[in-house]
Amino acid sequence: MVLTLFIIASVTFFLMDALPGTPYNNQDRLTESQLEMLNKKYGFDKPLFERYVNYLVSIVHGDFGISLQFSDQPVSTLLSQRMGPSIQLGLQAVIFGTLVGVFLGVIAAMHQNRFLDVFCSLFAITGRSVPNFVVAVLLQSLFAVTLKLLPIGLWDEGFRSSILPSLTLSISPMAESCRFIRTEMVEVLSSDYIELARAKGMSEIRIAFSHGLRNALIPLITVLGPMTVSLMTGSLVVENIFAVPGIGEQFTKSILSNDYYTIMAVTILFSAMLVVVIFLTDILYQLIDPRVRVEGKKHGTE
Amino acid sequence: MARQEDGIVLDVRHLTVHFDTYAGQVEAVRDISFELHEGETLALVGESGCGKSVTCRSIMGLLARNARVAEGEILFEGQDLLKLSNRAMREIRGGKIAMIFQDPMTSLDPTMKVGKQVAEAVRLHRKVTKGEAKKRAIELLDLVGIENAEKRYDSFPHEFSGGQRQRIVIAIALACDPKILIADEPTTALDVTMQAQILDLMKDIQKRTGASVIFITHDLGVVANVADRVAVMYAGRIIEIGQADEVFYDPRHPYTWGLLASMPTLHTDDELLYAIPGTPPTLISPPPGDAFAPRNPYALEADRLMDPPLFEVTPTHFAATWLLDPRAPKMDPPENILKRRTEYQVRLSERSAAL
Repeated sequence: MVLTLFIIASVTFFLMDALPGTPYNNQDRLTESQLEMLNKKYGFDKPLFERYVNYLVSIVHGDFGISLQFSDQPVSTLLSQRMGPSIQLGLQAVIFGTLVGVFLGVIAAMHQNRFLDVFCSLFAITGRSVPNFVVAVLLQSLFAVTLKLLPIGLWDEGFRSSILPSLTLSISPMAESCRFIRTEMVEVLSSDYIELARAKGMSEIRIAFSHGLRNALIPLITVLGPMTVSLMTGSLVVENIFAVPGIGEQFTKSILSNDYYTIMAVTILFSAMLVVVIFLTDILYQLIDPRVRVEGKKHGTE
Repeated sequence: MARQEDGIVLDVRHLTVHFDTYAGQVEAVRDISFELHEGETLALVGESGCGKSVTCRSIMGLLARNARVAEGEILFEGQDLLKLSNRAMREIRGGKIAMIFQDPMTSLDPTMKVGKQVAEAVRLHRKVTKGEAKKRAIELLDLVGIENAEKRYDSFPHEFSGGQRQRIVIAIALACDPKILIADEPTTALDVTMQAQILDLMKDIQKRTGASVIFITHDLGVVANVADRVAVMYAGRIIEIGQADEVFYDPRHPYTWGLLASMPTLHTDDELLYAIPGTPPTLISPPPGDAFAPRNPYALEADRLMDPPLFEVTPTHFAATWLLDPRAPKMDPPENILKRRTEYQVRLSERSAAL
């Protein structure tokens, strides 16, 4: 895990050095001596390799440097302010989206090739193909403008302001898991052990939820992990539309302005989250699928 | 041996099942009738695709969605199973009629403890508490020969071998003391030593519970081992049915002759085993007459033109071939069958002498 992060940090560092331009937004009007002074202040006058080593050392000490963009705020403060809303939105979206998606997928699989199946598939395809900003604006006009139930944007009403952006974000995991679960379920429902459950005299609904779902979930977990991370790390579009002070917006801004340290920190943060989520996925696997459980005691004859 | 005076548990009459496929309507089962007596084992024998599994699935009410029962009735305890509602059928399925599947490696849910899978079957049909169901499940696992049943209750299917898994599947089938046990090639996926053990177990269980068994197989060796009566199926029809001895030693249908000739015996000296020439007909609009006629060197002209009825050989033995019609020319069956007949006569006289 640490090695992965180290490699990612290094690659990003050298890539960033190759970025054109400087972090100073009024470079044209700076004199040679001013530039030199600034470079000295931020340590850009030192050779690349030395900066690299320095940077790594300071990361290990938990110091991510200072932002070049926002009046020299430490990057860590900047990010911690921005992470909260993004993570909250992402988690809410993933949880809600997956629950609904899995449910729809199961329904679709149980009614294979009949009306409900076609309906669910249609929903999934629409969900995947309609862009986020369209959904966002539709939801805003329906719930905020017409019905006046929820705030149209901003991040000042706690949970209430998170509902619409979460809903918007949840469309993609919903569609994805619906499609995924349907495919898996169709296969699982035609397997021998489902046939045995039928022969036991179980009803189709009980079969689907007590034998089918657990087996169909296993592959979904694999795609769910990365999906969670990508949602938690924020979406530029959705955060902009709903005026949410999230990290997606921040990330884009810092890239545009060559804010080296912020870019580095965000990249490392995202990678760390991905690594952790993949680790969690493995644990989840063990919970759901007994075959991958690490056996403490060995029994059985296989 | 089945006795005629025994009660009839299951009465299948004129069952006809069609499958709708893109290629056309497949007539998988064509007008078959048979009875299952109390406590007997009836073997359904035939090659792949002859309709033996479809017959059993009709009884269980587990036909695929594109299958349609076109005709017939299946009488069980005074009611026609084909007319029951889904709900009523669920009560019977797993409760009074249970099924054992072919491949034990795939017929258990890999994510559920085996004990729970057995207990689940108990709880579906009996009003018992979780604890009672668990107790019963452990008893069942013990009954089918799983050692340390109480400890193994919490194991998962992947921790068992194929033979053990089949034992668990049998335990599930026995959960509610079924009247009828349908075994769909239960030993085909197992190696030979396991086969013998599972067959012994099934015989033992049948003796203890008195259940009637329908045993589907294409393995005549297995049939000789377990069956009281044998029904030979070909192209969706029962072409010969009778007591196991009658079918094995005095077969009348040329297809049964072919099957028996293609089975190695201790007397077989030749290196080459007999193989029936040709392939079974497609069951999309099957030809008239005896479906076996095109592959049958003994076929009469009548066999090609008209469906032969089941001719009575003895009160328990019937075969569907025009060869048995009194007007048919006398024709001698192949040599190996004649040999079987004489052996049979010897055995019969020995038996009556012993009495």
